[in-house]
Amino acid sequence: MTRRDVRLLLARNRGPLLALGVFAVMFGVFLHEHPRQISVNLLTTASNKAVVLALVAMAQTLPVLTRGLDLSVGSIMTMSACASSVLVNGSPSHVAFGIVLVLFGGLAAGTINGAIVVFGRIQPIIATLATGAVYFGVALLLRPSPGGDVSEGLSNALTYAVFGVPSTFLLLIAVLLLVWLPFRHSVLGRGCYAAGSAEGAAYMSGVRVGRSKMAAYMLAGLLSATAGLLLSLVALSGEASAPQSGAYTLNSIASVVIGGTSLFGGSGGMAGSVIGAFVLRTIGDLLFVFDAPPLWQPLFEGIILLGAVSLGAARVLRIKNRLELFT
Amino acid sequence: MTSGPRTPFLRMEGVSKRYGGVTALEDVNFACVPASIHAVLGENGAGKSTLIKIIAGAVQPDEGRLLIGERTVRFTSPVDAAREGIACIFQELSLMPDLSIADNICITNPPQRFGLIDRRAQFRRAEALLARVGCADLHPLELVKNLPLSRRQMVEIAKALGRNPRLLILDEATSALTAADVEKVYAILREMRNEGLAILYISHRMHEIKALADTCSIFRNGRHVETYAQGSHDDEEIVRLMIGRELKLVYPPKPQQRSAIDPVLEVRHLSWQQRLADVSLTVGRGEILGLGGLDGQGQRELLLALFGVLSDQRGDMQMNGAPIRISGPAMAKSTKVGMALIPEDRKTEGLMLPMSIRDNLSLAVLSKLSPRGVVDRAQEARHVDDAVRSLRIRVDDLNNPVSSLSGGNQQKVVIGKWLMTAARIVLLNDPTRGIDVGTKQEIYELLRKLADAGTAIVFYSTDYDELIGMCDRVLILYDGRIVRELSGAMINERSIVAAALNLSDKDASPEAASVGTAA
Repeated sequence: MTRRDVRLLLARNRGPLLALGVFAVMFGVFLHEHPRQISVNLLTTASNKAVVLALVAMAQTLPVLTRGLDLSVGSIMTMSACASSVLVNGSPSHVAFGIVLVLFGGLAAGTINGAIVVFGRIQPIIATLATGAVYFGVALLLRPSPGGDVSEGLSNALTYAVFGVPSTFLLLIAVLLLVWLPFRHSVLGRGCYAAGSAEGAAYMSGVRVGRSKMAAYMLAGLLSATAGLLLSLVALSGEASAPQSGAYTLNSIASVVIGGTSLFGGSGGMAGSVIGAFVLRTIGDLLFVFDAPPLWQPLFEGIILLGAVSLGAARVLRIKNRLELFT
Repeated sequence: MTSGPRTPFLRMEGVSKRYGGVTALEDVNFACVPASIHAVLGENGAGKSTLIKIIAGAVQPDEGRLLIGERTVRFTSPVDAAREGIACIFQELSLMPDLSIADNICITNPPQRFGLIDRRAQFRRAEALLARVGCADLHPLELVKNLPLSRRQMVEIAKALGRNPRLLILDEATSALTAADVEKVYAILREMRNEGLAILYISHRMHEIKALADTCSIFRNGRHVETYAQGSHDDEEIVRLMIGRELKLVYPPKPQQRSAIDPVLEVRHLSWQQRLADVSLTVGRGEILGLGGLDGQGQRELLLALFGVLSDQRGDMQMNGAPIRISGPAMAKSTKVGMALIPEDRKTEGLMLPMSIRDNLSLAVLSKLSPRGVVDRAQEARHVDDAVRSLRIRVDDLNNPVSSLSGGNQQKVVIGKWLMTAARIVLLNDPTRGIDVGTKQEIYELLRKLADAGTAIVFYSTDYDELIGMCDRVLILYDGRIVRELSGAMINERSIVAAALNLSDKDASPEAASVGTAA
């Protein structure tokens, strides 16, 4: 690789790298200030807390890349968690079947979102606001009151560590390598970037825009369901909580933006969103080690988010035709 | 065909296309043969764009059929056309700015391995194609949005070549290129023609067509007028073939030629980015100054520059003899300056569509109507009623959203809104596009009345008839500069078309040498 290659690579990944830097500093301070010795346990707890949000943020990344938005990711997650508290228990084969059903439910929800956006030509924000309410309704039907039963064996396996590495973290890496990397370099994934960057140009270039957008929403549903499954395994029960569902949706958008994905579509990626989720989750831990009241958390989350968005807004300074500011 | 009968690669038979009530193409028969560069000529709105959009599969014809060889084809999307080996380079770029050059070049048919895009192969392909179009200095991983416009155009050409087309369509593809790049493109096109490719070339630049084309087709008002071998018609015949329509509208009488212009606004050496180059003009009290030329030669930018929308512009401006620097639309419309801009796209720049007719009309004068920060409703009603009456806007209820009006009445609202500011300088950007003849006539009369009352008017129109009927003087822009100034009897269709194509105009104007300086 020449120096020019490196420069281009850095420039293209500026967002995620910046987020990574912020996270490294925050996590470093956290570890330094933490009263206890750094242990696998500590890392596992930190990873478990962030991994659900990271998965939802990964889900959100895809519609955002196509210049859309998915307001139903939190609801799909909640629906899947509730379904999991009903289905994922009993004998190993029963558990396996339950997992397949839960993931299939998420995929179906994503498919409905995609179909409404692509074929119904409804704006993604309102389409997924509506379907999100529907999915949350399904969650309430599945689990009218908190409770249920989730396979403890599976829960233990997924919330501990393998050779010193938290297994939830391994799951994230696995999703990035086995789902995101292939998708990003598939024709479908390329189509998502193209559609988000300039949909008309993509269409005229013969890109199958509808197919790509459909795939984005479907995969978002699947990843949200994975998040829900994990949530139920961490909590060992299911609950249809509206505040929780809403908070995950909004935090997923924040994570995506902090991770360097443009809300205008066309640039960014899932790895950044994972880092963004970790940044958001570390804020609470930091406040904890500094003995700051946890009530400060939203305030700091807001400041970090503002900082991240301002970096992305720098392009405005270069615009010479002021009418273009509004397009 | 000069070189004997050759089977056409593509034929169109009896193709028609209408948009609403407007006929874009009517009963067009057209063919292009392999190993030939075929130029398509025509005025603004002659149907050239619709023609290539149909061939590219972006638009479906209402009637008629397309044949590839002897086989009838039906394109429902650009994908279908691409499959038949048709590649297009459009006037509006079809590149995705957030993707890298390599991604863009390979977007239609990326090299794949194990179902995934093979990035190494893609990189190599992009490198080879960039080298072929003489842009080996570009790094394939650079994002397209970081390239200057002329470079993007070269990437666009590389992208089209990467599809190994059998028919290549270039729509104004050289308009953003530097002279050196144009030479490279010529060489590539000739080479590809010799390899047996069919090339359709749409350009307004006559010298390009002379340098490149083997065959030319002329379109006028959606009809295919004539196809001839390059060289068999001279410039004047071509211009005549491109015009050929009769005047239908009656324009208000122009005032007698005045001896001197009483300048209200003077602009000296205005330049902006690569779009405006050293533009100087003067517009006087009571004068309608026309801006003409082909679409997109900088007329729109010039009006925006006068209105203070563009930043980083160079040059001086004087109002009533005193230097002035306009910082933005808010200052331009202030009583001190008194300028109004009737924008081209009324739906995005002229109107707040969901807001009421009343709110839209009073928007530009709200500060005058609200002495203490609160809108004086009675005064507002009086002003709005005046505007509705004087412009004869047909409304049931002023509280209806402005989107409920017809196109012509919407345009009157835009004009009315700015007239209420009692502007001394009115800039109009193609104000009659897409509105009916009756309303056009009313707008013409209104403009002349304003001019007679002392308003200075700068009027850009894509319709040459309008320029001829309305304007006291016409400036023709080409490539961001003023190439000719026409006045009096010189404002006729022939000289406008010739000047717009930047042809030397010896036949049409005996005093060609002296025009360009103020009349």
